[in-house]
Amino acid sequence: MGSAYVPGLKVTENTELHIERRLPLKGKIMVTEGQKVHWNTVTASTFLPGSVELINIASKLGLTPQELPQVMLKLEGDSIEKGEVLACSKGFWGLFKSKVLSPIKGTVESISEVSGLVVLRAPSIPVEISAYVEGEVEKILPDEGVVIKTEAAFVQGIFGIGGETAGELHMFCQAPYEEMDPNKLDDSYKDTILVGGSLVTAEFLHKAVKTGVKAVVVGGISDSDLTKFLGYDLGVAITGSEQVGLTLIITEGFGKITMAERSFNLLKKHEGEWASVSGATQIRAGVIRPEIIVAHHSQEQAELAKPESNQSQPSGAKPLTDRPENIPNSKANGSSLAPSSALTGLNIGTTVRLIREPHFGELATVVELPSEVQEIPTGAKVRVAVVKLNDNQLLALPRANLEIIEQ
Amino acid sequence: MNKENIRSILATDCGSTTTKAILIEKGPDGFRLRARGEAPTTVEAPAEDVTQGVRNAVAELSEIVGRPLLNEDGSLIKPYNGQQGIDIYLSTSSAGGGLQMIVAGVVAKMSAESAQRTALGAGAVVMQVLASNDKLRPYEKIEVIRKLRPDMVLLSGGVDGGVQKHVVEMAQIFAAADPRPRLGISYKLPIIFAGNKDVRPQIEKILGSKTALEIVDNIRPTLEEENLQPARLKIQSQFLEHVMAHAPGYPNLMKMTDEQIMPTPAAVGLIMQRIAQAHSINILGVDIGGATTDVFSVFNGVFNRTVSANYGMSYSISNVFADAGLDNVMRWVPFEIDEASLRNRIKNKMIRPTSIPYLEEDLDIEQAICREALRLSFDQHMLLASGLKGVQHQADVGSMFNQQVQYSGLDPMQLDMLIGSGGVLSHAPRRWQTAAMLIDSYLPCGITQLAVDSIFMMPQLGVLSSILPEAAAYVFEKDCLIELGTCIAPVYTNGRPLTEGTELLEVNLNGQGSFTLHAGELRAVALGKDKTVSARLQPLHHTDLGEGPGKVREVSLKGGVAGLIFDGRGRQPFELPSNRSKLISKLKEWQASMAAAQTACD
Repeated sequence: MGSAYVPGLKVTENTELHIERRLPLKGKIMVTEGQKVHWNTVTASTFLPGSVELINIASKLGLTPQELPQVMLKLEGDSIEKGEVLACSKGFWGLFKSKVLSPIKGTVESISEVSGLVVLRAPSIPVEISAYVEGEVEKILPDEGVVIKTEAAFVQGIFGIGGETAGELHMFCQAPYEEMDPNKLDDSYKDTILVGGSLVTAEFLHKAVKTGVKAVVVGGISDSDLTKFLGYDLGVAITGSEQVGLTLIITEGFGKITMAERSFNLLKKHEGEWASVSGATQIRAGVIRPEIIVAHHSQEQAELAKPESNQSQPSGAKPLTDRPENIPNSKANGSSLAPSSALTGLNIGTTVRLIREPHFGELATVVELPSEVQEIPTGAKVRVAVVKLNDNQLLALPRANLEIIEQ
Repeated sequence: MNKENIRSILATDCGSTTTKAILIEKGPDGFRLRARGEAPTTVEAPAEDVTQGVRNAVAELSEIVGRPLLNEDGSLIKPYNGQQGIDIYLSTSSAGGGLQMIVAGVVAKMSAESAQRTALGAGAVVMQVLASNDKLRPYEKIEVIRKLRPDMVLLSGGVDGGVQKHVVEMAQIFAAADPRPRLGISYKLPIIFAGNKDVRPQIEKILGSKTALEIVDNIRPTLEEENLQPARLKIQSQFLEHVMAHAPGYPNLMKMTDEQIMPTPAAVGLIMQRIAQAHSINILGVDIGGATTDVFSVFNGVFNRTVSANYGMSYSISNVFADAGLDNVMRWVPFEIDEASLRNRIKNKMIRPTSIPYLEEDLDIEQAICREALRLSFDQHMLLASGLKGVQHQADVGSMFNQQVQYSGLDPMQLDMLIGSGGVLSHAPRRWQTAAMLIDSYLPCGITQLAVDSIFMMPQLGVLSSILPEAAAYVFEKDCLIELGTCIAPVYTNGRPLTEGTELLEVNLNGQGSFTLHAGELRAVALGKDKTVSARLQPLHHTDLGEGPGKVREVSLKGGVAGLIFDGRGRQPFELPSNRSKLISKLKEWQASMAAAQTACD
């Protein structure tokens, strides 16, 4: 019960991050320990099994599955070209032969005399994993990936959508309480990461996608706007694989909520710098929160890493971030961070955010931590903290409803 | 250790977020719960060792009971010598998302459904059900298999001696997908084949080298017969051998325990079956968590379990709202609120799952959503349980293709006891609220006892019941359950709409008054814990209380912390006022009646 507060999101000017970048399958490591890397440096690569095509040749040729071997021109393991003949029936007196052509280039994986099914497999798909942030290769995980170390400013959001991306930070709003006005959005914001204030709408997000904005970071969004933007009602908070044209990071919650001043000011301080962001969120066990990482001295590194440089991904390779199952590969969240105030817990003087009605979203200071449980208006008896709001009002609130503003 | 000599039992349940430890000890009146401790589960970084969380929880227990349970090296002190230690240690686990499976069969409503029942009964979360005749094309099935990364696959299909083609095709699809397990980058995915025995050589050829293939008896040897147990046992042994062995710290945990670790839901199923058997009653149980809702039933000796993977009170709360719809949620909310505000509140709960309602209206919203989560998960349970059966049913050709018809399923009138557990039910500020949520979502008919598992110790008692069944049953009744009371709900059988105010039931409670229950009324009567009352219940106007329309029931009703609840709001259909302001007034009236009864019980 003593720790029944919410540890809170990390907002820090300087932290050492150790970011794990893992392949989905064993593969080849492309960097060496100690090597400096850019956000788009390929650190490891592998091949995923190619896509599969199943053809019931027996039924196409009007045969029993047992007759299949007599008509197959290609055997298990044979290479095939698209349009090449896989099987040919004997026909009638050598006439009226029927053929089955391969719909893909690849190999014949299996032929079944029971089902009549032939499995064809397309060539393997190369997959590469980038460094994601500016930094240094701290550790090689043999055949599986790398750990990147970086010194960075780090801001966690509460919820996001969309995968990893990078771009230049730009303050779209000048104050954390301002809403993002779609009328102010123009082509000059292409490829940037926009920082807003208290609210973004679906209209703004749609326009941002058309403009080519990489990501939007903002205090709040109304659920109905999120539903409009996504095109569906989000049921479970496991995100990161959405293909919606940009990455969205909400720092405070749903509704119009002023962005925490600390987050806003920190992002403002780094305006114009290169940032790596990820909207991936997972609120079940193994929590993943969206994040904004501004590696120190990333400015000049970012310039070098822009697509014109030699670091861009080779054509034909599939960037790992396209694959939903790979979201947890980036582990800037949680454990890889240096110890923070979360470990010291709730104390007198701690700044907290109220994460439940009443006064949802407001900041307050802890002034008393009664040890006895207290009854709250619902009738539940819980551990509370007495907090002081900005207007000096005092409230005894459940500790579970306080989120520590971490530094 | 000889069972006769066991005096102190430590049992843990390693959940996704919390590891709960209980200490059960033999006293003058038999085994009783001595203390309970908990600590965060440590499967994930930085600890990545489940035993650390177990030791932390045991350390808390040790503090509470005031005697050492752990050695300095972290091992358990055994045996109990009166001053320190315990005699045996048992554990269940659902950490890391529990056992996640894909099941497959040939016909969706037959072998695939049997496969689903097999996996659920073994304690798994079924991520996907595949069948030859489902709507997915082969390449879509392959995509699904690749994307989901299960812990294990159960492949079934075909009766013994029957058609081979489709089950072979399904095996080829799995081979083509080349599925990788969730844990461990380099080991093979366990696949259990429990289909047509004549296809085994083909399956071996297709999957033998690519997967960790195990072959067991067909779960559907004939159309009329279901044989789930061999496959269930194999799932549980593979769970230990493959899945647990690759989870952080589990090899050590397996060494610490005196019995095999059980998947948490399998253990809950076990204790429920034992209780139902011991009292010859039909039980329905629910455990509603943050992400999922498990429903268990034991009807006429047949156990069934379903898990609704995306209905829960925090992580999945938005999904409940999306599936139930605004109107269904609002019918339980006793005040006006605009949709945008309601939606934002629900999403904010989703992203900050540990926050708790502070305002009464926030609590009302959560409890409204709970009712819908329970209702939706019960609907899913009914769908699967309606096909549940023993073996060797006589069936004609027509009924073979329509299992809904073949098997009677769960008759709510036959339900004897309804047990709720999970935070929103167990920790409701007032017990009458728990009773109200259970009644509103399950709509029990006739006479049904209501109870809540106060601290969710059913998993530990389940695993204990595998070695000391009497001790587990005793602790279950004495320390685990809180009796809420009894719900008496007459069913109107006239087929015509029920008019509000119609007399439904004449109630005569021996020595405690009499009254008539009217349609549209919910009346709670105080009758405290451990109290009973003899009652004469006369159904009126075509209503039925279990013995047939108009048939009197003379019964002994059991009280509880919420008393006796007479529900005249109708069943089949259950109807609420369509006018919003009238509905709000009725909801408040019903709440007031139940609250007053609980106050009188206190």
